[in-house]
Amino acid sequence: MTALATPAGGGAGAALVVHEAHAPHPAKPAIDRLGLWLFIASESMLFSTLAVARFYLAGLDRPEGVNLPLGLALTVDLFLSSLLSYRAVTKIRTGDRPGFLAALAATIVLGVLFIGGVAMEWASAEFGPGTPYGTAFFSMTGLHVSHLLSGLVVLILVYRLGRRGSFSADDHWGITAAVRYWTFVDAMWLLVVFPTLYLL
Amino acid sequence: MSDDLPAMGEARSVPTSPPTPASALIPIARGLIWALVGFIAGAGLTSLARAAAGLEPWSLELNFTAGYAVALPGWLLGVGLWERWGREWFGRPVADGPTDWRRYLAFTVDHKVIGIQYLVTFLGLFFLGGALAMLIRWQLMSPTNQPLGAGAYNNVMSLHGIVMIAVAVASVVGGFGNYFVPLLIGARDMAFPRLNALSYWLVPPVAVLLLLSLAFGGWDSGWTAYPPLSVRNASGQVLFNLAIITFGLSSILGGLNFLVTIIHMRAPGMTWGRLPIFVWGVFATSWIALIFTQFLAAALMMVLLDRIAGTSFFEAAAGGAPLLYQHIFWFYSHPAVYIFVMPGFGLALEVITHFSRKPLFAYRWAVAGFLGILGLSGIVWAHHMFVAGMPGQLLAPILVSTELISIPTGLIFLSALGTLWMGRLWLRAPMLFALGMVFNFLIGGVTGIFLADVPTDIGLHDTYFVVAHFHYTIIGGEIFALFAGLYYWFPKMTGRMYSERWAKAHFWLMFLGFNATFLAMFWVGLHGMNRRIFTYPIDLQGPNLVTSLFGFFLGISFLPFLWNMARTLLARRAEPAPANPWAARTLEWQTSSPPPPENFVADPVIDGHPYDYGVPGSVHAVLPGVGATGTLTEGTR
Repeated sequence: MTALATPAGGGAGAALVVHEAHAPHPAKPAIDRLGLWLFIASESMLFSTLAVARFYLAGLDRPEGVNLPLGLALTVDLFLSSLLSYRAVTKIRTGDRPGFLAALAATIVLGVLFIGGVAMEWASAEFGPGTPYGTAFFSMTGLHVSHLLSGLVVLILVYRLGRRGSFSADDHWGITAAVRYWTFVDAMWLLVVFPTLYLL
Repeated sequence: MSDDLPAMGEARSVPTSPPTPASALIPIARGLIWALVGFIAGAGLTSLARAAAGLEPWSLELNFTAGYAVALPGWLLGVGLWERWGREWFGRPVADGPTDWRRYLAFTVDHKVIGIQYLVTFLGLFFLGGALAMLIRWQLMSPTNQPLGAGAYNNVMSLHGIVMIAVAVASVVGGFGNYFVPLLIGARDMAFPRLNALSYWLVPPVAVLLLLSLAFGGWDSGWTAYPPLSVRNASGQVLFNLAIITFGLSSILGGLNFLVTIIHMRAPGMTWGRLPIFVWGVFATSWIALIFTQFLAAALMMVLLDRIAGTSFFEAAAGGAPLLYQHIFWFYSHPAVYIFVMPGFGLALEVITHFSRKPLFAYRWAVAGFLGILGLSGIVWAHHMFVAGMPGQLLAPILVSTELISIPTGLIFLSALGTLWMGRLWLRAPMLFALGMVFNFLIGGVTGIFLADVPTDIGLHDTYFVVAHFHYTIIGGEIFALFAGLYYWFPKMTGRMYSERWAKAHFWLMFLGFNATFLAMFWVGLHGMNRRIFTYPIDLQGPNLVTSLFGFFLGISFLPFLWNMARTLLARRAEPAPANPWAARTLEWQTSSPPPPENFVADPVIDGHPYDYGVPGSVHAVLPGVGATGTLTEGTR
């Protein structure tokens, strides 16, 4: 962290100091991790608000038309996707690039399947968005899918970068971050959206 | 997310001809073009999808929302996000931005540039909001002969409200926070410089949407945008909601950046117990911005969904609950007032200790005050709803929690008074504004007690008493602190010294105009004048005329400020500012005015408390290897 200063002297040129311009801060990994965790903490508030709204509006009511088997299938799909995303991180840690790419591709495929499942559910729902439960159902699943879509975009970018060889066993924060975000979105389904809409 | 420079082979040619004003606008023009492309794409695809589903292809509010959802990333990428950051996502090298004056109009990562961008933008919005306030007072000069009329008044009142709320949220934190937090903690920049630039460039769309909303009928639901009105009024409401959701995102990302910066980027030796008090204010504020802003976004999103997606969050006839909006909205918007005042408090304490030439009194208790406000901020929201028909059992607990807030606030206040006590007060303009803040906030705080207590609030709710109270806390508290900071840090930011005479004229005119205007509002409020109504009972005309005249006086009081800024910045004769004109101990004064890129010629090492004025042998910071410029050792005094 020593600064490479030009010899001190008078005149305007003396102000010119060549730091290692934007050299990574020594705490850079911790900085990146904390930033992501704070973002996740903030985003989770959005989900919790909608969960509160669900009970405020509809109490514990749940219409007959809720497709629990499909919801369960979606949950399993997303859970598998999370496990595979972790496998991707584990693989790159050991330097196994093909294994990482395969696991990530499977993660992405399961994510796309999930979105297809939600679309199916929306198209076949026997209730509209204009009822208290429907309001909660469509807004919560909609919010979740929009997060999932953003996660998919990130995963696809990471996949592309991975194919170009941008990551290694020592340098893969991009993957870790994308997977952590993906896991967060999955956790929101498992812990908030699914229990709130399908189980309670 | 590393901040690598482009590889050597990618270095671009340096332009040899001097930049022209037109070339400075290229990033913004590119942003606008991509925003337009995005808007057409988003709105067009929505129309296609609707047509395919057999629906009417054009639905204004839905198409506009979809268009905006694509236009916003288009704007950001066009204005510089792509060149500075996005290329990296595709494994391509990122480009550097301009380094001359054009960097102020570009996606620049230097926190000092971003601070100036925030300051200039929000001072501009402050004067826009002030002009709208002048219109409000013009209308209210008389209950009968009214220039605006009911509809336009509602739009003007709403726009004034939200513009000033935005100023209150972002002027001190966005402006001074960005510029000075890294300097005060001895860092070279924020933790996420590019995210910082992103936060700033989210702001122009907010301003554009708010003004554009007037073309769509405006919105007449005030800055609080309560349903059911906000679900049913003109389409301008949709633009308002999109604007404020965007602004919320900017605020969240800004808060996140400050938190990580303060936690991880402090110079060696800058322990939590040595952190300058302004940084503590920003730290506490940033938690609120990070966590609570999502509730505002959620509430506004629900209104938006009710309007464009057929949900029924707030449609009582379909099982919705308008009161839910108020709960969620105030769950953010009450903590938001601490977003306004906590950096202001920190700034006032900062100025008071430097200009009293004494250690900050009860530093640890002041810090406890900030953290106490942060801790209590989430359990007081419903005091905005005492007459809204919420469950009765919430009244007493919320009354008590709201009263409790006065304890941490009092700690901060006592810290200010204790610092002033027996101090050698140096009454320059920054100090005058800080003292004005202490005076005004006392009135703002004491009148708040009547609004926190349920029995008195039932009578005072929605009267001008409330208006006077929150203007005392926000203008009297934060905006006075903003100007204290402006004068205090002006020499640091510009390298020039403002005219003390004009600054003092500004203070006295603003202080008198402000107090006369808003003291009168307490009176009309106590006599039952309702807020947010375009007219009032005829017997209140006298005091309203007086309020308006003093209001115009308050408006005029900013002319000396503008003149002072203009003559100092534009005229060549302004005296240059030394590195440390106030002989202050904190780090930002131990570098040149303005500071060089990356702030310090050598990374500082912190060796003691920042405010130990008059403590023999005390040292705040050491800058290793520096001795060329004498100012750099002044911190050891």
